[in-house]
Amino acid sequence: MPQIAQLGEYYASQIFWMLIFFAITFFVVGRGMVPKVMDTVAQRDKQIAEDLATAEKLRESADAEEEAWRTRENANRAEAQGLIASARAKAGAATADRLNAAQVGIEADLATAEKRIDEARRSAASEIETVAADAAREIVSRVAGLSLDETAVRAAVKGSLVHG
Amino acid sequence: MAAEAKLDPMHQFQLETLAGANWNIAGYNIAFTNSALWMAIATVVLVVFVSGGMKRQLVPGRWQMAVETFTGFIDGMLAANVGPAGKKYVPYIFSLFMFILFANFLGLLPLGVLGLHAFTFTSHFSATGVLAIMSFAIVLGVGFAKHKLHFFSLFVPHGTPVVMIPLIFCVELISFLVRPFSLGLRLFVAMMAGHVLLEVLSSFVISSGNAGIGLFAIAGLPSFILMVGICALELLVAGIQAYVFALLTCVYLNDAENLH
Repeated sequence: MPQIAQLGEYYASQIFWMLIFFAITFFVVGRGMVPKVMDTVAQRDKQIAEDLATAEKLRESADAEEEAWRTRENANRAEAQGLIASARAKAGAATADRLNAAQVGIEADLATAEKRIDEARRSAASEIETVAADAAREIVSRVAGLSLDETAVRAAVKGSLVHG
Repeated sequence: MAAEAKLDPMHQFQLETLAGANWNIAGYNIAFTNSALWMAIATVVLVVFVSGGMKRQLVPGRWQMAVETFTGFIDGMLAANVGPAGKKYVPYIFSLFMFILFANFLGLLPLGVLGLHAFTFTSHFSATGVLAIMSFAIVLGVGFAKHKLHFFSLFVPHGTPVVMIPLIFCVELISFLVRPFSLGLRLFVAMMAGHVLLEVLSSFVISSGNAGIGLFAIAGLPSFILMVGICALELLVAGIQAYVFALLTCVYLNDAENLH
């Protein structure tokens, strides 16, 4: 077993070179390079974390923006609905007013027309009286030879016309 | 000569001086061996691998992604086992894990077909022991620096009856002191066992093939099929042992950082 057989001869060499080469490894690789490599990793992790945080922040602001837009949109819509409702109410009121005015006009026309009809009927009736009275006086004078007073004839005709 | 050519499964662990046979520091010989060469190769490959992940792009390429996966893996392991205080150990645990992982994988490379000899220095306890003692020393240093003598309360679990304290203290102390040995030996044994197994099986394939077609069909072919499976298993073990070493170091560091 050379490990034991050659121990006396080579142990100093083994220990010496092991220390030398491990020291080189430790100082060049372990102390020199490893911290830089780990620094790179840490920087990358940091950047990723920052990017994620930024993305999260942006997402939140986008959400807030959307919320604000939604609120504004809802307000606009409500306002528009209000405008439509008031316009409808105004139009309805105007229509009702015009209808009322037309109704009043129609009623006035009706009233005058009825008055006119009434007057016409009345004048027609008085004319009939006069004609009837004349006719009655003529008949009486012709048949009975009586010359009757016109006023009396007219009263009699009127009474007979009233009583049918 | 035919007797000498017998395959020795332990030969692959033989250390050979490549250069500096007479290099000495304070009387200790520090010859540059094949083991040291593969430590150097592991270091260079690791530096190349990690520097490929240094492009620092926001959107990583495959290579950068691979390196970041490893750093993230170590970071996660420390976070899970030690907590927030574990962050400062990432360079050490990363170096430890990757160094062992690359050593194990490089040792498994089939460079033999190119005439080269891959050497797994993690199959030597004189190498793994250095790493284990280093981890243990860091645990001790952190523990005593952070908790002073209060660190000894680690050896007395909460709710221990007073009469039991001396006994429990001794048991816990022994289990604590065994840690560097278990840490270093586990890696060394796992690596060595795997390589010996592959070597023994491959010697079956070759010697049965030399002996005749009949024996090859009976012993060589099944051994070869088994070898394919064990190679895959060894790749898994290479990763698992590196992971276990790093994970146990994390667990021990947790003891030092947070006591119980």
